[in-house]
Amino acid sequence: MCLAIPTKIVDIKGKKGTVEMGGVKKEVGLDFIPKAKVGDWILLHTGFGLEIISEKDALETIDAINEAYQVMPDEY
Amino acid sequence: MNIKKFQDPKLIKKIVEKLKRNKRQISLMEVCGSHTMAIGKWGIRDLLPDNIKLISGPGCPVCVTPMSIIDSVIDLKDVTIAIFGDLMRVPGERGSLELARAKGLDVRIVYSPLDALKLAQEKETVFVGIGFETTIPGIAYTIKEAYKNNITNYSVLTSLKVVPPALELLASADDINLNGFILPGHVSVVTGSNAYNFLPEKYNIGGVVTGFEPADILVSVDRLIQQVENNDAKIENEYSRIVTPEGNKHTQEIMKEVLEIDDGIWRGIGEIPKSELKIRKKYSDYDAAKKYNINIEYKEDKSGCRCGDVLKGNIIPPECHLFGKSCTPSNPIGPCMVSSEGSCAAYYKYERKQ
Ligand code: SF4
Repeated sequence: MCLAIPTKIVDIKGKKGTVEMGGVKKEVGLDFIPKAKVGDWILLHTGFGLEIISEKDALETIDAINEAYQVMPDEY
Repeated sequence: MNIKKFQDPKLIKKIVEKLKRNKRQISLMEVCGSHTMAIGKWGIRDLLPDNIKLISGPGCPVCVTPMSIIDSVIDLKDVTIAIFGDLMRVPGERGSLELARAKGLDVRIVYSPLDALKLAQEKETVFVGIGFETTIPGIAYTIKEAYKNNITNYSVLTSLKVVPPALELLASADDINLNGFILPGHVSVVTGSNAYNFLPEKYNIGGVVTGFEPADILVSVDRLIQQVENNDAKIENEYSRIVTPEGNKHTQEIMKEVLEIDDGIWRGIGEIPKSELKIRKKYSDYDAAKKYNINIEYKEDKSGCRCGDVLKGNIIPPECHLFGKSCTPSNPIGPCMVSSEGSCAAYYKYERKQ
């Protein structure tokens, strides 16, 4: 039930944003992430954006993991 | 957002190779039901060597919602009852809400608490608000909205649990033999990873806040093993792409504004001190327990269901003698088999040995 999904904001009006999921547009509350901008990836749970996902951090994490376990980038 | 890289088979193989070099007996608890599902889905238990055990924990909100909530909702008359879908088939003492709906109770499944608030425009509505920190801010938001806009025919019957006290109960148990916690990713978005610092400080048990892809989970297992090897229990954050040390302050503020901490009843476990958020006096008009005089109490499960032992990590689901026999997803006896994130459902779906 705590599962939340990453989704991208395609429009914002006031404290409401629009995300697109599988071709369907959905309205989400942005009250908890007032800094969210159009184009941001957010974590969506029960109709609310809970956090902005850091793409930079995601890439850094995977690079660090690949390095730690010595998987060469060309291996994937 | 490219999460495929966290699913890369070559990377998974490398991490597993490293994990196989460890020869210690290691028991780790994945606290969160979504992790239990991810572990099942990716076959992680089968990838790990026998000396590394992953035990499922209490992180399934539906599973720990007191039975008396279901029973008291069934008795409500002339109102719309809004619930999250997972709650529909959870058995109470006198059957489930699904059964009650078949007999005429107006039960509606909502995806968001905001949908429940909308239902109140048509008719007096009681929302059965259950969840952990991930879900609580949205529920608190509707209560505040209803208060602000003077919507009087909306109330919430709450079972809002917070995770750290449950971990404290597990960590302080005498017979504990856990070497670390795989900490919930999405609860921690709200609480922040600092919320678990008491685990190493007070109990010398470490934890890693973890994402839901296979590489996330395996890396966390490796980090927890390293903590054990170096005798260096600490809280690490593997999920820094979403989780910060302090958590989301906007969600924390609304929770604090609308709710206050109290002792809580967990189905199958009993009372856990300071583990539940209840509606503050200022908002008591929106508290369905007060509005309808509902008393939430602990009820012993007489069905023979061992969900409580599953949630505390004392047994794994197949050790319950009803598992897969009289208790299946199409005929669930206990909540751990109903919820899509319940351990018994996860084991039934992914890990049942034919
Ligand atoms: S298998 Fe069914 S009866 Fe047994 S613990 Fe799980 S939910 Fe309860």
